Amino acid sequence: MTDAMIGLIALPLAGALATLLLPRSATAVAIGTGLATTVAAGLLLSGVATQGALHYEIGGWSAGLGIALRADGLSALLLMMTALVALAASVYASAYFNTASERARFWPLWLLLWTALNALLLSGDLFNLYVTLELLGLSAVALASLSGRRAAVAAALRYLLVGLLGSMMFLAGVSLLYAGYGTLDLAALSHMVAPGPSAWTALALMTTGLLLKTALFPLHFWLPPAHASAPAPVSAVLSALVVKAAFYLVLRLWLDVFATVVTPAAANLLGLLGAGAVLWGSWHALQAERLKLLAAYSTVAQLGYLFLFFPLLLALPSGPARDLAAGGLVMLALTHGFAKAGLFLAIGVIQQRCGHDTIRQLDGTAQRLPATTFAIALAGVALIGLPPSGAFLGKWQLLAGAVETGQWLWLVVTAVGSLLAAAYIFKVLGHAFGHRPYPNQPVTVAREEWPALLLAGMAALVLGLSGAPMWKLLELGI
Amino acid sequence: MLTTQILYALTGCMIVALGLRGALLHASVLQRIVAINVMGAGVFMLLIAVAYRGPGLPPDPVPHALVLTGIVVAVSATALALALVRRLHAEQEDD
Repeated sequence: MTDAMIGLIALPLAGALATLLLPRSATAVAIGTGLATTVAAGLLLSGVATQGALHYEIGGWSAGLGIALRADGLSALLLMMTALVALAASVYASAYFNTASERARFWPLWLLLWTALNALLLSGDLFNLYVTLELLGLSAVALASLSGRRAAVAAALRYLLVGLLGSMMFLAGVSLLYAGYGTLDLAALSHMVAPGPSAWTALALMTTGLLLKTALFPLHFWLPPAHASAPAPVSAVLSALVVKAAFYLVLRLWLDVFATVVTPAAANLLGLLGAGAVLWGSWHALQAERLKLLAAYSTVAQLGYLFLFFPLLLALPSGPARDLAAGGLVMLALTHGFAKAGLFLAIGVIQQRCGHDTIRQLDGTAQRLPATTFAIALAGVALIGLPPSGAFLGKWQLLAGAVETGQWLWLVVTAVGSLLAAAYIFKVLGHAFGHRPYPNQPVTVAREEWPALLLAGMAALVLGLSGAPMWKLLELGI
Repeated sequence: MLTTQILYALTGCMIVALGLRGALLHASVLQRIVAINVMGAGVFMLLIAVAYRGPGLPPDPVPHALVLTGIVVAVSATALALALVRRLHAEQEDD
């Protein structure tokens, strides 16, 4: 199984170099690499499910000197989501970019981004996490600026500066931890870290840096322009995966490394910021005039829900109720990943086929692109949190936890946020169903429409109906 | 010699604070890029102070390796930022 861990990093990295050297056959190489990486992610997931958490020291060098890789239920699930979303977006991208020069610039960066994501999810020590965060940030910024348009370059520059600031704060926290405990290994630190001024400062610095990168309200200002002006497959991966990587680190730090340091008051602050994100993001998504901006603001809101879980997880005693809440959190994160990627790809299809993404002028889209409109509706089901989507299960656990711990505010926020989500999704669908003649086939442009449809279907139908094995897998982590 | 180490560490923290202030308050993009680099220098100084293990003892190599990697990352990120700034500037002149 350790082969799968190495493959998850080595395959996309080799693919990135190959696409750089062979620009003419880059698309074929990249799709092949994507398939192989997805197989590796599947192998790792089944390995973690049967053998429990996995650990590997590269070259036999122990942690401290060498690079340690580790995978548990949480990281294996996120790696699987990364693989499926990135593979679907790769198929879409192979049809999205028209010119050879565009493709030659896109594929190496794309596969580097995938490498960085996988390496981040597999890293077991803080310095590797810093390096992978930077690799992720650099490739994401380069991809976001790919169109070369002024708005995209300006948004990418702001994205880069915010990301660098976040990384520097993270690194400052890492050096404080190393000064205090003399190790960078996450597992070792989780036994050693004790409350005190140095641990609090490190936690504050690292969390603030990561919140900048995961765009939690009010640090979200850079996200809507950057995600809305990137090419469609890039937007999909930025919203679905890249912000989740920083969120995954916050989760690891708060529930694992700093478990003895975090206080209910600090968790409540994260919850309040999350509540602000849900309300602010949903409201702005409703006001948006362009589909891509709507999707980007919806990402701000959906990330907010994830932070509502922190005060619950801290208030619940460890036991079945807490495990259910933790599972709900992961389910919500996974569902949002699939749904948002599907939504962005569907918006990309509309943008290319209709020449715009203005919501007011969508009339007739349902008749022209029935499969894509269906994908938007499915993704909408998951974003609102209707059954049987995975988000329904996630929000159910959020509400159950809020009731159990008597934290009623989160219940109100979730209800208002879901209503606003319903409003912005139905606004889009309402415009899309105008009166125009229907085509003979629902799927009109297969290679572009199927990826969005499959991702949205995964979020709305598959995840919700296959929740039980996932919860079981997560018992190992968090 | 413990005081020397603390002096270095405190100076590093002050440089971080100065850089952070500049990165947040400066309006010009170029100034903000420089400020983030200043902040990085502060973090590196902190790490070098951490590596000190006492008189006569060799310093801890791990923080030194971190600083080296950090410098490589900072240089690449700065290069990308400057390339984006130049691109924006060139387009402004075209308009």
